[in-house]
Amino acid sequence: MTLAIEVKDLTRRFGDFTAVDAISVDVQVGEVFGFLGANGAGKTTAIKVLIGLLAPTSGSARVAGFDVVTQSEEVRKRIGYMSQRFSLYDDLTPRENITLYGGIYGLSDLDIRARGTAMLSELGLMQVADKLVSTLPLGWKQKLSFSVAMLHRPAVVFLDEPTGGVDPVTRRQFWEMIYAAAARGTTVFVTTHYMDEAEYCDRLSIMVDGRIAAIGTPAALKAEFGVSSIDEVFVRLARPTTAGAG
Amino acid sequence: MRTPERLHALAAFVVKELRHILRDRQTLVILLLLPLAQVVLFGFAIRTDVKDIRLAIVDAAPDDASLALRAHFTGNGRFRVVATAAMIEVIEPLFRRGQADVALVIAPGLARALADGTPAQLQLITDASNPNTGTTIQAYAGAVIGAWQIALPGARQGVVIEPQVRMRFNQSLESVNLFVPGLISLVLTLVTAQMTAISLSREKERGTLEILLVSPLRPWQIILGKVAPYLLLAFANVVTAMVAAWLVFQVPFRGSLALLLAASTLYALVGLALGVLIAARTNSQRTAMMGSMIGTMLPSTLLSGMIFPIASLPWPLQLISNIVPARWFIVIVRGIMLKGAGIVHLWQELLVLAVMLTVLLVVAIKSFRARLA
Repeated sequence: MTLAIEVKDLTRRFGDFTAVDAISVDVQVGEVFGFLGANGAGKTTAIKVLIGLLAPTSGSARVAGFDVVTQSEEVRKRIGYMSQRFSLYDDLTPRENITLYGGIYGLSDLDIRARGTAMLSELGLMQVADKLVSTLPLGWKQKLSFSVAMLHRPAVVFLDEPTGGVDPVTRRQFWEMIYAAAARGTTVFVTTHYMDEAEYCDRLSIMVDGRIAAIGTPAALKAEFGVSSIDEVFVRLARPTTAGAG
Repeated sequence: MRTPERLHALAAFVVKELRHILRDRQTLVILLLLPLAQVVLFGFAIRTDVKDIRLAIVDAAPDDASLALRAHFTGNGRFRVVATAAMIEVIEPLFRRGQADVALVIAPGLARALADGTPAQLQLITDASNPNTGTTIQAYAGAVIGAWQIALPGARQGVVIEPQVRMRFNQSLESVNLFVPGLISLVLTLVTAQMTAISLSREKERGTLEILLVSPLRPWQIILGKVAPYLLLAFANVVTAMVAAWLVFQVPFRGSLALLLAASTLYALVGLALGVLIAARTNSQRTAMMGSMIGTMLPSTLLSGMIFPIASLPWPLQLISNIVPARWFIVIVRGIMLKGAGIVHLWQELLVLAVMLTVLLVVAIKSFRARLA
């Protein structure tokens, strides 16, 4: 079985600062992989290298079977990306956003219409399909944003803190959407600051100062550190100096 | 992606860009009315020609000749006689109080001097507190005297005074004729450079550019999709400005409209490339706006010859003016509109713009490709 994401000794420096320090990660096809780390640990930099927004300083990375540097265009056709910031166009309607992204990803008009309608009715957004996105509540926007990132049925989807600022009920629904996507065979690479969400992942890694400090299933990690929650694992690894001071 | 898919992707992007523009009604209305407002405001307000010149006449001993001369002034639409006196002392207070712009002093015995062929004495005294206006008034008054001389019977046209100023291509001395080409360039700069810079940096600020860069769209598709709608807008603006200039000020149009539109397209593309470059190099809408203000609007107004002749700039600025696209574009538009010049006369200026466009495009796409830091 080929790997969805294959990272070997990936390093990215900005001048003297090493944001990502020789990390290696393998993610299986169809896996929900949690990519954890404190602010500034290097998560976003690593994701940007994987999606082709930044070039690696050294090391290699393959996504969906293609090299992110030499085959960037093949990679970009096969991935979806939802950034930390809400990234749909506020002054367009949901349907217009769908038309835009469908077109950019080379879907036919017929596909765009069919998938768009299916998506909007699944999300329960049919009534607001032709209202400006700026008028929708944040939770709806985030769900829409995720669905748009999934519109072209990518092999791998990167979600950078997708649930920031969203209420618990919507977060729950959001994770149901993530599971559904994974069940359809899409590999999900997700970063989050919510430790309860980390527990939902098939496997996860915790980044500290540009390195991967721990990697495994939630159960294995808890066992390894002898604690009862990922939260505790995270605190031990990510903030060793402040953990005792509490 | 295959070619049809690429075109489809580009079309989707252009449609989205048009929606942005159409949805932001206020900005759109402003952009569409801008050329109209500018032509009218600049045309009426900032003029270097002078109308309603207040004239004081000192004629100590009126005779046939002096009355004829005075008639020439009163019959000319530009001059309004505010005082007629026999003594020169009257002028001084008028000037002091700002009630006269120019005084014509006719020495006694003008008719006889003309008959005898001896030098006749005329004096023009001009309020030069505004040197530009003063020089212009002097020139107008000189022209009226010249007209009077020519109208003198027979050989009486002796060398009395000969301030003959002839304004080529702008015989009516309408400064609006000189302004309109500058205004077209200003409007184009605003719509192309500034609007592109703002709209692209807005995508950068909101994070949508990241999404676009992660997509299979290529940099040239993003840039082309961004600028195409503004090119349309620029076209509309050129036409509005021309029509306004023609309707309100009867600015002549002597050359080829096709050539003008072609040159405008070239200039608009230069502006769009500049806008992309500015957006690529700045990190927020605000900086992009200030950047395009200082980088494009100011030079297009001040260093382009639109208001101040290039020749009257200090030499370092003259040197800099060479890299201001508007400087070349204004020469082209003035040439086409006022002189009816064709491509034979203007190919050098067009070539300069084409070279600028090539360089800017290369740099813009390059700095755009340099992935987000």
